[in-house]
Amino acid sequence: MSTRIFVPRDTTALSLGADAVANRLEKELDARGQSISLVRNGSRGLAWLEPLVEVETPIGRFAYGPVTVNDVSALLDSGLLEGNVSHPLALGPTEEIDYLARQQRLTFARIGITDPLSIEDYRAHIGFSGLETALQREPQDIVEEVKASGLRGRGGAAFPTGIKWQTVLDTPADQKYIVCNADEGDSGTFADRLVMECDPYMLIEGMAIAGLAVQATQGYIYLRSEYPLAKEVLDEAIARAEQAGYLGDNLRGSGRDFHLEVRLGAGAYICGEETSLLESLEGKRGLVRFKPPLPAIEGLFGRPTVVNNVLSLAAVPFILAEGAEAYATHGMGRSRGTLALQLAGNVKHGGLVELAFGTTLRTLMETFGGGTLSGKPLRAVQVGGPLGAYLPESQWDLPLDYEAFAAESAVLGHGGVVMFDESVDMAEQARFSMEFCKVESCGKCTPCRIGSTRGVEVIDRIRANQNREANLALLHDLCETMVDGSLCAMGGMTPFPVQSALAHFPDDFQRTANGDNS
Amino acid sequence: MINHFDPRQHSSSVEYNKDLGTPFPASAADAALVSLNIDGVTISVPEGTSVLRAAALADINIPKLCATDSLEPFGSCRLCAVQVEGRRGMPAACTTPVAEGMKVTTQNERLAKLRRNVMELYISDHPLDCLTCPANGDCELQDMAGSVGLREVRYGFEGENHLEAAKDETNPYFSFDPSKCIVCSRCVRACEEVQGTFALTIDGRGFESKVSAGQADSFMDSDCVSCGACVQACPTATLMEKSVIDHGVPEHSVVTTCAYCGVGCSFEAQMKGDQLVRMVPYKGGDANHGHSCVKGRFAFGYATHPDRLTSPMVRDSIDQPWREVSWEEAIGFAASRLKAIQAKHGRESIGGITSSRCTNEETYLVQKLIRAAFGNNNTDTCARVCHSPTGYGLKTTLGESAGTQTFDSVMKADAIIVIGANPTDAHPVFGSLMRKRLRQGAKLIVADPRHIDLLKTPHMSSAQHLPLRPGTNVALINALGHVVVTEGLEDKAFVEKRCDTEAYHRWRAFISEPRHSPEASAEITGVPAEAVRQAARTYAKAANGAIYYGLGVTEHSQGSTMVMGIANLAMATGNIGREGVGVNPLRGQNNVQGSCDMGSFPHELPGYQHVADPIARGRFESVWGVKLDDEPGLRIPNMFDAAIEGTFKALYVQGEDIAQSDPNTQHVEAALTSLDCLIVQDIFLNETAKFAHVLLPGSSFLEKNGTFTNAERRINRVRKVMPALAGKEDWEVTQDLANALGYPMYYTHPSEIMDEIAQLTPSFAGVSYAKLEERGSLQWPCNAEYPLGMPTMHEVDFPIGLGRFAITEYVATEERANRRFPLLLTTGRILSQYNVGAQTRRTDNQRWHDEDVLELHPSDAELRGVRDGDWLGITSRSGQTVLRARLSERMQPGVVYTTFHHPGSGANVITTDNSDWATNCPEYKVTAVQVEKVSQPSAWQQRFNTFDLIQRDHLAKANQEAP
Repeated sequence: MSTRIFVPRDTTALSLGADAVANRLEKELDARGQSISLVRNGSRGLAWLEPLVEVETPIGRFAYGPVTVNDVSALLDSGLLEGNVSHPLALGPTEEIDYLARQQRLTFARIGITDPLSIEDYRAHIGFSGLETALQREPQDIVEEVKASGLRGRGGAAFPTGIKWQTVLDTPADQKYIVCNADEGDSGTFADRLVMECDPYMLIEGMAIAGLAVQATQGYIYLRSEYPLAKEVLDEAIARAEQAGYLGDNLRGSGRDFHLEVRLGAGAYICGEETSLLESLEGKRGLVRFKPPLPAIEGLFGRPTVVNNVLSLAAVPFILAEGAEAYATHGMGRSRGTLALQLAGNVKHGGLVELAFGTTLRTLMETFGGGTLSGKPLRAVQVGGPLGAYLPESQWDLPLDYEAFAAESAVLGHGGVVMFDESVDMAEQARFSMEFCKVESCGKCTPCRIGSTRGVEVIDRIRANQNREANLALLHDLCETMVDGSLCAMGGMTPFPVQSALAHFPDDFQRTANGDNS
Repeated sequence: MINHFDPRQHSSSVEYNKDLGTPFPASAADAALVSLNIDGVTISVPEGTSVLRAAALADINIPKLCATDSLEPFGSCRLCAVQVEGRRGMPAACTTPVAEGMKVTTQNERLAKLRRNVMELYISDHPLDCLTCPANGDCELQDMAGSVGLREVRYGFEGENHLEAAKDETNPYFSFDPSKCIVCSRCVRACEEVQGTFALTIDGRGFESKVSAGQADSFMDSDCVSCGACVQACPTATLMEKSVIDHGVPEHSVVTTCAYCGVGCSFEAQMKGDQLVRMVPYKGGDANHGHSCVKGRFAFGYATHPDRLTSPMVRDSIDQPWREVSWEEAIGFAASRLKAIQAKHGRESIGGITSSRCTNEETYLVQKLIRAAFGNNNTDTCARVCHSPTGYGLKTTLGESAGTQTFDSVMKADAIIVIGANPTDAHPVFGSLMRKRLRQGAKLIVADPRHIDLLKTPHMSSAQHLPLRPGTNVALINALGHVVVTEGLEDKAFVEKRCDTEAYHRWRAFISEPRHSPEASAEITGVPAEAVRQAARTYAKAANGAIYYGLGVTEHSQGSTMVMGIANLAMATGNIGREGVGVNPLRGQNNVQGSCDMGSFPHELPGYQHVADPIARGRFESVWGVKLDDEPGLRIPNMFDAAIEGTFKALYVQGEDIAQSDPNTQHVEAALTSLDCLIVQDIFLNETAKFAHVLLPGSSFLEKNGTFTNAERRINRVRKVMPALAGKEDWEVTQDLANALGYPMYYTHPSEIMDEIAQLTPSFAGVSYAKLEERGSLQWPCNAEYPLGMPTMHEVDFPIGLGRFAITEYVATEERANRRFPLLLTTGRILSQYNVGAQTRRTDNQRWHDEDVLELHPSDAELRGVRDGDWLGITSRSGQTVLRARLSERMQPGVVYTTFHHPGSGANVITTDNSDWATNCPEYKVTAVQVEKVSQPSAWQQRFNTFDLIQRDHLAKANQEAP
């Protein structure tokens, strides 16, 4: 059997030239008369090392990265195929790379290891055993298992998944739905995409289990249109899963059905809000609905609907396969299991870090992130997407825990971590928060629709040193109005980064826009 | 004197002028009561009620902008924020349902601050021109700014804004000023939820969100049907009636009833003195619940149009100019002519036509005049040409000449069959209600040669079209009945208990014959058998199946047969006698039900009491103090024939334009020309009046008191809001004529006429103006047994005891396509115009439809080399006219269609004098024609134009000579 070489083909690796590397490898090896088997795997999530080329050796997989086209020849010369570690790009055995070895990968255990579309590969890595288990269980038992795992919504709201499922299970209806929120739009986030591109069957399996748990027979993945590769991979994976009996009518001969389709979003951040998402999925404008009624009771087309984030659903196969306890042993307090953190912004080692709850933010940014890319001192970090608070150094020792963050008016959100060095102007960042809301507001409720525009203007006036004190007071009032009055989290949380910038970086608001202190 | 009607003084339970913020919850009819505490006040409301509504009911008025009780809650303005004990944050009261034991705070410092700050945001993007704004004094934004105590706008007015947004003035009746828009979406939601057109949307998102008609179309170019729901819903001056912009906010209002179609919408006539500023649909109206259409809402300008006749006129012959005379002289002239004719040609030589547009009281009086003063039964009404088969067919089968339901009943229907009716054009407000039900999931079946707009209802779940050939209704209804019987879909228990067994078995044997199967009749109707079977199953299997029909059922040679076929189908499936089911004729004119009820037909005294019935006749004779003829008199077509023969010499026509609306125009013209004395009482010089010798100016519905009865038998009050232009209400004129003829009448108010009606008509026995004031409206029968009227008929039994199935043999009309006339013409209405157009043509509704066109299928057009807009000669065996072609996929090949709203179109020059076998209702819906390209108007049109010019000149001369 010829040697297997792995070159990832997720969007990150591709954007960094993985295809060219793969082509060059094939060409060079052909020229050298060597026969190998090239596997286009998923990414390991070590974005700073992409394209990360791996070679399978008798003692395990060896990694090289980041590899460019120009490195290929030299790498082969230096014994790539044998796992030789003499080349400067050699990283040694993949599993021993510190960044990876220090993680607790439950959900992302398979990514980068398998061929994303190979069902055999998936099954060989305990894939579909959660679904097989679920098929043997009563719906209520499945819901109990998820409840016992302590899994909470990974989209950001951290609502207990099992309780949401229970509501849908308890609501009688002629049709129920499972909707996967794959409109991943938070700044610096990519975990959903990695799941879909690198381990699509995990999501499919999680959704099928959810369907069995709440007696829903139809699922939709609401995918952001900016993820064309994820769409391609999911469509193919769904087709293959149907053929293998993991989707469609009569799942694995059980007499139970679950159908799944991918639907593309139309490019609005607000459609990641679950009720807007449902409107959009129904073919309407992405306008936020008021709650109650909860989507779990009146969701898609007015029917009981589970709306879960990709990561929530992706955690489910593990829970069913390994048992709730195996998941719940990880974490701290009411935050059980693991969290997929995504290091981005001004960071040296950006990538996916799956950790049990409880690690500190500082550990994450320093041990994993390796500090800033610029090398300048780190000044602020925004956790949980564009609606998350900016955290100053005094808060970096916070443990990654929903309650600990909430106590500081901060959020973990979807796990996006965007780092800023000392050159950042936090007044400008505060303005950006309002501007983001202005651009992305659905326009339904007044505080968000008009408030975000006024927020930009007021911050501009503060930065231009116009009537500073009065405008600062007005900005505080506006933030309060948006928090108290907005219909959904978009307007309701936009003030968080603004208020945190005001609270922790007041000096930045004392400067005029051209940088002078006044 | 103007009567001021303030419902607050009359209504015991509901306050219609107060906006409770959210609608009565759909589930609340039988929901449990929930008690909650709002600001220390304990109130019990049905489960499902919003906190906002509960508070409003307790007279605790929480500020609000996006909420209004005609629309589902939306939760966007955030002004109605409240605090609920034990709950986080400040939820919107409009979207928070009540819960047992809930404690709500609606006013405190935090809430006040939030509301003020939200209002500050609103006003930071709103013009500060309150004093010169057309909504000044009638603006919810202004009210709320005052309510929350906004004192400053700290954001200033230099920021981004919409203050320069351009107005859209394209709609003739209202303007759209986006600079004043607060994006509450009430207009968009009204267009969706109330009207069901979905013409409006919000374009863009965030701060860029703006109301848009279609995809950035102007209102006029969009799908907007100008129903006014958006204008009604707008809390600011963004969508505003141009009449209010021009004249200012009205100072008082009077609730009255629309004089257009048979829906009978209630409106507030909003006035400044005796000037009508706007018509606003009245929320307390039982037929329309605050909705309207373009006609009732906006097209009232005809009432003050310069064409209105303001003075009585007489002339000796129709080639003479008119002479303006006093009322006394005109009445005397008319009376002496009538007397002279009767003296010379006999008692039977004169007659009259009552109006389906005038009030019940006026109609009653005209037929009384004819029966008591003329001394014969030569009375008829325009129902002859529309719904007379309904009267005959329903009386024969169900025992009563009227629809069985309320309009609201449709909200409980699960399957709806619409036959030969086009509710979104002809009964728009009911069409909107039906669409609402269709959006909720009711199944629709349309039997119509055309693909009517109802079939394009947005967001409806299921629709079937049975595109039958004109004239084959009975074959289709028999096929539907056949499927019901042969597939075992009957409601046997209902039939056994409620219907005459012998008649049923006869019908059952008849309808089971294979010749009635859908397969056998497909050749006749052109409708595929499987579609018919599906439709029958859908209707019969539905928990509640309802049938609605219009003139496409009645205006046929077998109109009465078809009505009976419909009743058969409803009885066989048990779809009679409860809400959500029934047989529902959609009446064309505002008071066509009333004119029938009031004894307008030659054979029936008021309340459908036959003239031959000595007991009934005796009652009338004793009250009227005259001997009455026991023989039925002449029907309209008989009058025409008799006039041409020379035995019928004089006719009194109140508010009906027979020269335009009746079939075979040239025949009608010949008849009218033969008369020695034609007395026309109308608000305009209509087509009939051009043949008249006495012209008595009529009064519009705004100028008189009375009642109209709509298609659901609902008696609604018509209230006088302005003095009669020519000094007399129509009933006064009839009374004067009676007195001049020597038959005394001494009514001082229409309420006295109603008292007499109640005295003589069993089904009206309990009706009085006092009770109408108290109840708002009453659905007859209203008597000792049903003192508050009867919304749903036949719940327990039929007036004839058991329902009678009728044998409905299909007989093809003689009017069929052949080599000479290969196409079938059918006629109908359009939304913006009404009937003969006398009213709507004198309004800006002309902007939507200023000429009648001939719609034909592109394949028929191609065969004849016809392109859209070509002049087409349309020839039938009756005559020829010329119209422009409009190619339309709504048509099926072989069928062409036109409207009759413009007199010069001559639609009825082509229609024939074929008619219903039982009632003589004309067969308007089937005329075999040929069409060909032409280059000039038809000979009739040329004659019409010349005659029209001469007659206008005759009228102009009278006006010039007036002092």
